[in-house]
This record gives sequence, structure tokens and C-alpha cells, in this order.
Amino acid sequence: MKIVIVGVGKVGVALARQLSVENRVTIVDQNTQLIDNIINVLDVMGVCGNGASYDVQVEADVAHAELLIATTSSDEINILACLVAKKLGVQHTIARIRNPEYEKQLRFMRGELGLSMSINPEKATAREIARVLRFPNAVKLESFSKGRLELVEYRLNQNSQLEGVKLSSLYENLRVRVLICAVSRKGQTIIPSGDFVLKTGDIIYLTSSPQELEQFFRHLGVFRGKASSVMIVGASRICYYLASELMEMGMSVKIIDQDQKRCVAMSEKLPRALVIVGDGTDSELLQEEGIQQVDAFVAITGMDEANILMSMSASRQSGDCKVVAKINRKSLVDLVANQGMIDSVVSAGAITTELILQYVRAMRNASGTQVKTLHRLVEGAVEALEFGVTAGVSFTGVPLKNLQLKSGLLVAGIVRQNGKIIFPTGEDTLNQGDDVIIVTTDTSLQDIRDILQ
Amino acid sequence: MNNRMIQFVIGKILLVEAALLLLPMLVALFYREQVIPFLIPAVLLTGLGLLLSLRTPEQTGLFARDGLAIVALAWIFMSLFGALPFYLSGSMHSYVDCIFETVSGFTTTGASILPEVESLGRAILFWRSFTHWVGGMGVLVFAIAILPMSDGHGMHLLRAEVPGPTVGKLVSRMSDTAKILYGIYLVMTLVEIVLLVLGGMSLFDACIHAFGTAGTGGFSDRNLSVGAYQNPYFDIVIGVFMILFGINFSLYYYLLVGRAREVFRSEELWTYLGIVGASVLAITVDIAPIYHSVGTSLRHAFFQVSSIITTTGYATVNFDTWPSFSKAILVALMFVGACAGSTGGGIKVSRVVILVKTSISDMRRMLHPNAVSTVRFEGKPICDKQIRGVHTFLTVYLIIFIGSILLLSLEGADLITTFTAVAACINNIGPGLGAVGPQGNFAAFSPLGKLLLSFDMLVGRLEIFPMVLLFAPSIWKIRPRIKFRQRPNL
Repeated sequence: MKIVIVGVGKVGVALARQLSVENRVTIVDQNTQLIDNIINVLDVMGVCGNGASYDVQVEADVAHAELLIATTSSDEINILACLVAKKLGVQHTIARIRNPEYEKQLRFMRGELGLSMSINPEKATAREIARVLRFPNAVKLESFSKGRLELVEYRLNQNSQLEGVKLSSLYENLRVRVLICAVSRKGQTIIPSGDFVLKTGDIIYLTSSPQELEQFFRHLGVFRGKASSVMIVGASRICYYLASELMEMGMSVKIIDQDQKRCVAMSEKLPRALVIVGDGTDSELLQEEGIQQVDAFVAITGMDEANILMSMSASRQSGDCKVVAKINRKSLVDLVANQGMIDSVVSAGAITTELILQYVRAMRNASGTQVKTLHRLVEGAVEALEFGVTAGVSFTGVPLKNLQLKSGLLVAGIVRQNGKIIFPTGEDTLNQGDDVIIVTTDTSLQDIRDILQ
Repeated sequence: MNNRMIQFVIGKILLVEAALLLLPMLVALFYREQVIPFLIPAVLLTGLGLLLSLRTPEQTGLFARDGLAIVALAWIFMSLFGALPFYLSGSMHSYVDCIFETVSGFTTTGASILPEVESLGRAILFWRSFTHWVGGMGVLVFAIAILPMSDGHGMHLLRAEVPGPTVGKLVSRMSDTAKILYGIYLVMTLVEIVLLVLGGMSLFDACIHAFGTAGTGGFSDRNLSVGAYQNPYFDIVIGVFMILFGINFSLYYYLLVGRAREVFRSEELWTYLGIVGASVLAITVDIAPIYHSVGTSLRHAFFQVSSIITTTGYATVNFDTWPSFSKAILVALMFVGACAGSTGGGIKVSRVVILVKTSISDMRRMLHPNAVSTVRFEGKPICDKQIRGVHTFLTVYLIIFIGSILLLSLEGADLITTFTAVAACINNIGPGLGAVGPQGNFAAFSPLGKLLLSFDMLVGRLEIFPMVLLFAPSIWKIRPRIKFRQRPNL
């Protein structure tokens, strides 16, 4: 598939890196130096120029591309680039659009201007943060089959009851139906079998229904309920989206920012939130504002370093507070993730990349049985996919133990048409109309039929 | 420096060379000649190649200096092994001669130490010319086209091997780009072979001359080069194809995909054709008294000009006997060279254009010190980095050129011979003037002189930097020892 990426900032490069493995990618940017650097490390073609201009798009041979992704820093250029591409005959166009004013006219843009997808990185980030605040045990939370099944990333800290537990005995003793579908241990990714033994420091991926997950963590004695009061540092655009979403969920929100003007603007937009002018790195201020009493602390200022320091000091001051930090730079994320002091790390760039990649994968699969959802785990080493089983699948009704499944692949769950969730054993079968969740290290799965060897 | 990966890629290249040796083996079997001289190097190459590339390295990343080192080492090793068939078959007695001949082949120079080639075996002649064809487009480009080296790091290899100040991709996948280049190259070679055979040349001779033309090399299987045939048809076919192979190959790709407008707008192409036209005209007028007919002198002038500017080195007449003005034009053309991205050598037309344009703009700035001017090439402004790259290229080129002349003059040949021998080697042309003219050869130089000229040929073909940077300590991670002196107490 031929893909053109206009604007290669952080998101553009991450996309080019992921997509160039399987697709023919052309990147367009105005910065010659940037293009040169990328061409040196990635197998892509580079075109220099304004990606919204017709001539440049012709030079990049956009007419023969199937997808154009516009991720420049300007909304207008992104929209225009998609418009031009559409007129040149590109089927799918994705634009990154930040400005909420444009977002309101999204329906019009989709219908009349033919935009296939628009992404608001700030909003997507806010959503992701809101999700983990709803279920603070999770480092990250994704859902399948319209929320009937959830996938939770959980880090085994010291003194966890799970330490040294064999998976088969875990399933027997707990009498809660959960499934550990992937484990990341020291950079290695494992799809575990029954005799796998858990260790401290493992990052495990659990699937189950929301209720059963809650029970599971209650049994372990580490359950944390939905956060009810949240402290946010940094009155940015993400903060606006996040605070409004959290308040809709009934949480109380405190916003701290150094900038008087931004605080005033925020309090005008969010009359129910408590907005405080002050330095978020000042631990006295945090104490005064009751860091010990809040359930969650979110650091989303524009500075990665400040976010890291604030989160670390917050987690030291208050033991069972859920700490979330926004860190854009990948190298810092890797550094911090292993410390265990910050519960969840989010990055707008990574989330945007993820969303676009999901769209691209689903688009490629549009011909066969559709991928309904796709989540990439452990930085893309593992994929969890949800397929709908349609009439064309030949192995419906055959017990799973009789199927020659690929290695490194797990049928993690089946959601029957009536909403019943099954954690399949060898006896279970796939039926027409089911939603099947597959967890696999083979990241080229296109179709439900590909699970067979 | 990723040594494992360098070993791995070089191992692969040696395997490719072993595979390439199969062709002359087939020729040897066909003409019932000795196969052993090809079999032994092929077996050696396979063994060494497998040994080096047996284990896939964990780190497959290549940085700029890895790319440069791979290209330089690959060419050196290929030449050392490619020389074995000449040595084992007994066609040449000293191994240094064999190396000179092979380097001359792979770098598409076409300079020979053989006073007489017609007595050589067919298979040896085939291998000698086939090295031109392989070296013309580049063996690493070939490797990228056929071997799965899918990550983008190969761009450093492509850049180090493909001639020209900038290297662009034709399509987004590097392996596809390499395949397209080789496809165009192969088809054009086949067309030339067919045209030559239709004109009455034997298939074997047609292959030899097509290989020589395609790589812009210049090895022939006749002592008198193309002049031996005394056939205007061959002169015209080979002359035109030399010009064609001296054009940037991306232009052919643009023609194929229907972007003809870009081809006709190409500044480099028109400059190149303009230089050819003007030189042909001037030489025709200058040599008309010798040949008595405008047609003949036009034909000879055209052939020689196209042979020299594309750095091929075929000859239909001994241009050493031409008037000085014509010889001076030919020597000037030696330095200009062909277009960037072609199989030809020399400084390249695009570099010459950039140099002239920046000089003009700099001189204008002397008259109007505050004037702002951008230098444009192919319709686009050139950035300072590119200009600096061209200037550095020219400077290092001149230093190596003059250094080589100084060293070679110790051999005692006359100045014209020494000067044009170096010029012919560093620009990958082949024949020079004087003792190394179209009727002469390079046999008279000492082994050391031959190695120096071989180095010059590699420098010219790989556009200087891979070969020169091979001597840079930081490529081999040799750190100068630093002694810490005790700090004086304050």
C-alpha cells in the first residue's frame, strides 16, 4: 500500500517508522534537513515542500497513494492537504486537527470534504488519562466488544501476592475468570502458558469483564476504586478536555498552573473546577491543596522534566495516590517506566500514532473479516485484535484444540452474540456472529483465518 | 562502527561475486576453454562469503561511516578476488597487473596493461568486460536489489556508491529503486546487443562492446578498439549508446512513468548535450583537413567526444595524432564527465554547473556586496551544504590528482603521459594521450605506479570519500591516547 505522510514531526516520524516496514511510504515536509535525516534511517522516499500545495503532492505521486496522513503543526495545512489529496483521487485521508472550533464542524468536514478521520491529540490523550483514572489499578486500559471485555496493563510491584504464582494455580484458586494473555519481562514479551510463573517487575496484560477485573484486584487486596478527586497540574488544552470529562464522571477536579491568565481562562471555561495559581513543583503548595487527600495526581504541563519531578514527589508524599504523567520524549518514557514511581505515562504523540495505526490496519483488512478493534501492547510487540466471525469462516463449530493455531498466538476471549464472555479452553468453538479477541506476537495478522498455521 | 554488520554485508557481496563468476564459467564451457581459473575463485568466494555472513548480526543498523567503509572495502575485496581468474589462467604474469586490470574493469575505467588482447581466451575476455557491466551500476546497488536488506540504513550504501552530488530515490522502497535502475540498465544493454548483432557483429563481440558501453568502461576484444571494424554503423550505434548511458538514469524512469516534462526541463541533460554538441562541432572543424570529408570527421569527432565525456574510452581512430586544439578539448571533457546518476565517471556535469553558477554569483557579490542571490539548479535553490559538498569534492579531488601526478612522475615518463594517465584513471576513462593513448597501454608503469593508479580509479569511481575516509582513524575507532596531566595545586 502506498502512503503519504505530510509533516514529519514526532508523530509523523513514528508513523513513518511503523508503516514503512510493510508499506511504501513517502514523506513530505518543508524542512530539508529533517527529510534528509529520516531518509538516512528509514526506507522511505522524501519530498521537500509545502504538503498542501498541488505541485508538491503531484511530485510525491499522491494520486497513486491509498492513504494520506497530514500531521503538520498547522490544522489549516492539514485540512487543505487532505482536500487536495482527495481531489487527486486518494481514498483515505487522515488529518490531525487540534483546534476545537474546527472539531465542531467535523461532521461537515467528513461528509462534504471527504475527510476519513480526524484526530485531536489532546482530546485523545485526555480520554486515555480519564480511562486509567476510572480504573486506577491499570497502567493502561483498553476495551473490546463495546466495553464488554477490558484489557488491563498491570505492573507487579514488590510484595505483590502474585509473586511466584503459577498461572494454572492462580486460575484455580481465585475463582475469578481472568486471563493473563501477555507478559513483558525485562524487555522480553511472552504469551504465557499454564505453567508460567509470575515474578516481581513483570508487566502483565489481563483480559476480563470490568466486574470480574474489579473482583480480581479485590481478591489481591490492592483494589483502588474509581478516583473521586483529581489534582491536575498544567492548565493546557489537554487539561480542559480531561477536566470536563472527569467532571462529567462526577469527580472533583483541582487545577494548578503558574500562569495567571491561563488559570483565569480555564476557570471561565470550567466554572465547577477549582483553579489555583501556583507552582506545581512546590511541595508545600501541593500539601496545602491536599495532595494527601486526592485519589489521583495528573502532571500535564508542557515540560517533560517538570512532569516527571512533580509526579515523583507526589507519589512520595501520598502513598496510594494514582500518579499519571505526560511525557513526550520517548527516551524519558523508557527511563521512567522502570522506576515504578509513576503509575501511568501518557504521550500525545504516541497516542496519536496508535490511533492512526489502528485505522490503517483496519483499512487494510476492510476486504476480509473486519478487524473491529486493535490494540498494540508492549510498544507494538504484541497486538490484541478483535475480529467478528462472519459466514465465510470455514472453521466455525470446530473445537479449538483441533485447530492448528500459529505459535505465539492466543485466543484470549470469545464474546457470544448474547453478550456471554467465554475464556476459551480446548473444547470451545468459534461460532458465527461471535467477537473473538486474539492476542499475538505476529503483528501481520490480517484476517481471522490467519490464526491457523 | 558496526563491525559484525560490515562483515555480514561484505560476505553477501562476495557471494554475489561468486554468483557472477558463473557467467564466464558458462562461456568457458561453451567455447571449451579452461573452467578452473573461474571455479577456484568462485569456490573461495563462496566459502569466505558464507563464513562472513553465516550469522545474522543482532544489530542491523548502519550509520554513515559504516556505509562508507562497506562500500570501500567491498570494492577492494571484489577487485582482489576478481583478479584471480586473470592470474590463474596465465593471461597476465604478475598479480599486480591482474589487480590493475580488474580494478580498471570494475571501476569502468577501461585502462589496460595488455599490449595485445586478441590472443586471450574468450572466457577471460568475457569476464574482463563483464566487470564493466557489474561495476557500472554498482555491485551494492545490485545487492540491494536482490538481497533482503529491508531497513532504510542501506541508503548510506546507495549514497556512497551512486555517483553524483545528491542521490534521490525513484520510489519509496530502496530495493524497488535498485530494481528499477538495474531493469533500465539491463534493457538498454540488451537493445544495444541486438542492434550490434543486426549490424553484423558476432554475438560475442556485441556482448563485449555492449558491456563496455553500458558501464561506460571501454574494454574491447580488439587491439584497435571499435576502430578495428571500420564500420560507420557500429560507430554510430556505440556512440549514441555511450551518450545514452551517460545520462542520469532517473530521467529514463521519469520517461517510463510519463513524466516527460521533467526530462525536458532537466538542466543537467541540456548542459550535457550542449557540451557534447559544441565539442563535436569544434573538433569536426579542427580535424576536417585530416579526413578530407566532413562526414568522416563528424563521425570520428562524435565518437571520440561521446567516448571521452561519458568516460568510456573506446576509440575509432588514434586521437593522439589529432591537432592540439582537439586534444585539449578532449582533455577538458575528461574532467567534466557524464551526468550524475549515470554509469559514467568524471567530476559530473551537475557539479560543474553548480561550481560555475556559484562562482558567477560570488563574483556578482563582489560588485554588489549587499546583494542577495540564490543559486538555482534544476529549478530549485541549492542550499549551502550542497555547495560546500561540491567545493570539498573538488578540493580533495584536486589534491589527490596533483599528489598522484607528483608520485607517478617519479617513474620518468613524459609529462603528457603522466598527466593524462592520472586523469584517465581518476576520471575512469581509460586511454589518455602519449604513451597511454588509444593505441598504447599502461604496461610500462612499475607495480607501485599501477597500484597508485588502481587507487585513483577506485577514488574516481566511488567519488573520493569512501576511499579517502577509509584512512580516517575514527572509522576504525582508533582513539588517540590521552595522558592526563596532574592538575597544579591552586
